[in-house]
Amino acid sequence: MMADSITLDVARYRPGQEAEPTLQSYDVPLRDDWVVLDGLNYVKDELDGTLSYRWSCRMGICGSCGMTVNGEPKLTCATFLTEYAPGPIRVEPLGNFPVLRDLVVDIDDFLDKLSRVKPWIVRDEAPVSEGEYLQTPEELEEFRQYSMCINCMLCYSACPVYGIDEEFVGPAAIALAQRYNLDSRDEGAADRLDVLIHPDGLWGCTFVGDCTRVCPKHVDPAGAIQRYKLTVAMDTLKSYLLPRGRR
Amino acid sequence: MTTDRSTSFDVRPPAYRPRMSLWWWLSKWSYLLFVLRELSSVFVAWFVVFLLLFVRAVYHGDDQYQDFLSWAANPFVVLVNMVALAFLLLHTVTWFGLTPQAVPARLRGRPVPSSMVVASQYVGWAAVSAFVFWLVVGW
Repeated sequence: MMADSITLDVARYRPGQEAEPTLQSYDVPLRDDWVVLDGLNYVKDELDGTLSYRWSCRMGICGSCGMTVNGEPKLTCATFLTEYAPGPIRVEPLGNFPVLRDLVVDIDDFLDKLSRVKPWIVRDEAPVSEGEYLQTPEELEEFRQYSMCINCMLCYSACPVYGIDEEFVGPAAIALAQRYNLDSRDEGAADRLDVLIHPDGLWGCTFVGDCTRVCPKHVDPAGAIQRYKLTVAMDTLKSYLLPRGRR
Repeated sequence: MTTDRSTSFDVRPPAYRPRMSLWWWLSKWSYLLFVLRELSSVFVAWFVVFLLLFVRAVYHGDDQYQDFLSWAANPFVVLVNMVALAFLLLHTVTWFGLTPQAVPARLRGRPVPSSMVVASQYVGWAAVSAFVFWLVVGW
């Protein structure tokens, strides 16, 4: 028979009162339909209202409940308690980010990088009367996988390059740049290139590949980065070898 | 009434900044495999040097060639070459495995499955190895 409770060892950090996080244990009901986030909500509602963490949709879409569960970056809304039975389960904030309080991290750096790659369709828009921008299923398929990104930042948490050098633009931002570069309606690839070919851009990636392994939406940021490296390298080669008109 | 909101936003309590340990690559199997894969390039370079030394010995005649062979039979050199071979295999296998992620192959407009890309590399490897075997051993 399954035990009826499981222990969560939760990282607590009270800024101004503590120099670094400490673990605090809570016993929560172990139900087979409960995820780690349900456990945290139980702690917040029933045991300790001072615990701080982010969450919203509970269904793997909003990307706010990313945390480190037993050392692995996870969406806590999609990580079942029973996977870790009999426990204990260590719940810590996402790695590689400054911790503001308990399980809440500072995401300003990611948001800044995200906006630098212009993750939207860039083009000189024609008036609506000229009709919509048509796209074939094949053209959609070129970038569809990358458009699944929910900005949960698990990939940044898994990326040792970002952990060592926070100037690195990082997996999700580059994958999203690719999402728009590969979109047949977009004309902004040249705008994004400056950010991406900077030493802190594409070439910072050493293809560890953990971003892809932890991605809950199967975006494959590592693949996106390597493919873009290949594109940039081929374009550079062509610019040396081909006459201007053929590029 | 106006309130100065900027000050209330600017006064942030100190955030805790985690530092990467020097030993981060031992914390996960995938990190360790990555570091070993990167390290393998040193051994690839070693085999290039070894091959160049071999070619030079052949070029300089029989005495030098015999010297090279006895040096290469030195237990220490054999040990280094065995370690280098292990890393070379790791290098080959890991990079073959990563290729489909970096190069999306297409055949007549349709994406080729990852397993096909990986398999074609092994076929190529086997073909080159067979050719080298034929070249060296004769048959």
